[in-house]
Amino acid sequence: MDFLTLIQVLDSTVRLSTPLLLACLAGLFSERAGIFDIGLEGKMLAAAFFSAAIAAVTGNVWLGLLAGVTASLVLSALHGLASITFRGNQLISGLAVTMLAQGFTVLVAQSWFKQGGRTPSLLAEGRFGPITFPFADSVAGVPFIGPIYSELLSGHSILVYVAFAAVPATWWILFRTRFGLRLRAVGENPAAVDTAGVSVVGLRFAAVMICGLLCGLAGAYLATSLQAGFVKDMTAGRGYIALAALIFAKWRPWHAMGACLLFGLLQAVALRFQNIELGGLTIPVQAMDALPYILTVVILAGFVGKAIPPKAGGEPYVKER
Amino acid sequence: MDKMPKWADVVLIPLISLILAAAISALVILAIGEDPIAAVKLMVDGALGSTYGWGYTLYYATNFLFTGLAVSVAFHARMFNIGGEGQAMLGGLGAALVCLYIPWPHWSIALIAAAAGAAIFGAAWAAIPAYLQAKRGSHIVITTIMFNFIAAAVLNYVLVNLLRPAGSMDPATARFPEATHLPSLHDILAPLGIAFNKAGPANVSFLVAIAACFAVWLLIWHTKLGFEIRAFGKSEQGALYAGISPVKITMIAMLISGGLAGMMATNNVMGEAERLVLNSTEGAGFIGIAVALMGRSHPFGVFLAAILFGFLYQGGAELALWTKIPREMIVVIQALVILFTGALDNMVRMPLEKIFVTLRKGKA
Repeated sequence: MDFLTLIQVLDSTVRLSTPLLLACLAGLFSERAGIFDIGLEGKMLAAAFFSAAIAAVTGNVWLGLLAGVTASLVLSALHGLASITFRGNQLISGLAVTMLAQGFTVLVAQSWFKQGGRTPSLLAEGRFGPITFPFADSVAGVPFIGPIYSELLSGHSILVYVAFAAVPATWWILFRTRFGLRLRAVGENPAAVDTAGVSVVGLRFAAVMICGLLCGLAGAYLATSLQAGFVKDMTAGRGYIALAALIFAKWRPWHAMGACLLFGLLQAVALRFQNIELGGLTIPVQAMDALPYILTVVILAGFVGKAIPPKAGGEPYVKER
Repeated sequence: MDKMPKWADVVLIPLISLILAAAISALVILAIGEDPIAAVKLMVDGALGSTYGWGYTLYYATNFLFTGLAVSVAFHARMFNIGGEGQAMLGGLGAALVCLYIPWPHWSIALIAAAAGAAIFGAAWAAIPAYLQAKRGSHIVITTIMFNFIAAAVLNYVLVNLLRPAGSMDPATARFPEATHLPSLHDILAPLGIAFNKAGPANVSFLVAIAACFAVWLLIWHTKLGFEIRAFGKSEQGALYAGISPVKITMIAMLISGGLAGMMATNNVMGEAERLVLNSTEGAGFIGIAVALMGRSHPFGVFLAAILFGFLYQGGAELALWTKIPREMIVVIQALVILFTGALDNMVRMPLEKIFVTLRKGKA
């Protein structure tokens, strides 16, 4: 593999990691506050559809983004209503949210655009264009550093940079602010937070809504940056890979970035090379598809360090009387 | 004292949830410019109005019976087996291997062997998450989700690289030999003088599914093992105190659950397609969750819910054929049923409990 191919693979790794990273950080906020969310997939899907649909109709990608995020927030509110207000089963609620999105997006797409459950392809103004760094073109010819700067770092959509900036932001919010401390506490010991006079319900709703916001960005990125428009089931299990990355990272922001880059690299490699020859041994493409899930199971099994979820995760909080 | 009489819990709450889901679905149909009442008529006509429709309704119901029972058994042990989809995929592989590589003299023996093969493959696929839950405390919901994706990759690999007949482009196995073809309901009912449409894919495995319902009912309420499963589901601490091994019950409940999900292959792979194709399960593993929630994890409830979802599936296909309402409408209905009967259960339950308590006070 020559240097240019490597740069190209890494470049597509960055692109493919972005939706995973946004969804993974979304899950991080929710699960750190004690609300399991297996509905990341559904929220991304809903956001992908509504961002593409509104961008296609108005021709304005920012309005599309707004619509996508709103759709994702609505589903988040539903998840919050079910799992916080009515203390229902969070896993069942997450599953229902995903199914709702899977059905609803195609239903509405068919009803609005009549193109077999897809949106029209987005033209340039309906998409987030690449942001070119200063001097990217002039340094492209410089050996080694040139391609890294102009191909790998420069020329992505704004949401890519937002996603990677969200990593330190998440770390700072969770570990350096009072809100973050309380948010983590509510995921470990909600009774203590309640005793301190802080609203458990309020904190958990805040976390779930942040989760909705980030999922909305992830979905909008899929439909308006990575691809041009919405197609049925376009998230293709990314929400679950993000969930896997979250566990792989043991619910920590920087590790989440590492896990998402790793899983993005696997996708990029699987996309570029079908079967890989490694010293006479052929690795089939399906093994690359399954690898994120297998790695997660191995981590969950605790053979390579133990993944311990937030203590109060999945448990509805009932105030003592 | 219970806040509500038992009938309210078993009948009233699912019914109200269903009505809520139906009402929202009707609004959705109105919103896309179709007539909900006409849609319901079309669904009833298409799914129940002819033996042709029944042939499809019962075919779908058979799938959902197996996966619904699978989820129910796990629910009784307070485990959420979200991996029915993957277990059913692997069950399909088991059934396909049995049908393809062993020459069977008669379909009845082939059916027993294929059911066993499918159950073993399905159970094996559930065994790893079960073991990890029992021994290492890995959350079974997450591991079974992961195993669904791994199953899809495994099946893809096996179909593309190993089982695909030479010269075929289609990622599917060869057709199963003639002797393993299962009789359809038409073939079974004809000697009894009942005319049943030939085209519907419902077949003898519907009877296997009903037998499975009965077997699960016996197991859960009339055996020691069933008692242990329920005790473990009610309280792990209590079960431990009574000398019930959590590891053993977790393993056994999940093996039964995975086996049941795998046995779905006797219907969709052996009975209908008569070969193994990619995505043969078509999401039936997830519908099993809706069916189990709706049926309150009781085999009879699961039976009714499976027929209901069979009706929705066939009716939904008719809708897609004759109106502008796409097939995905069923996915929305299914999501609403899961939402109301599963996640928003308390939203229906809390006001209802209040009503019953007030009523009782009024009497006293």
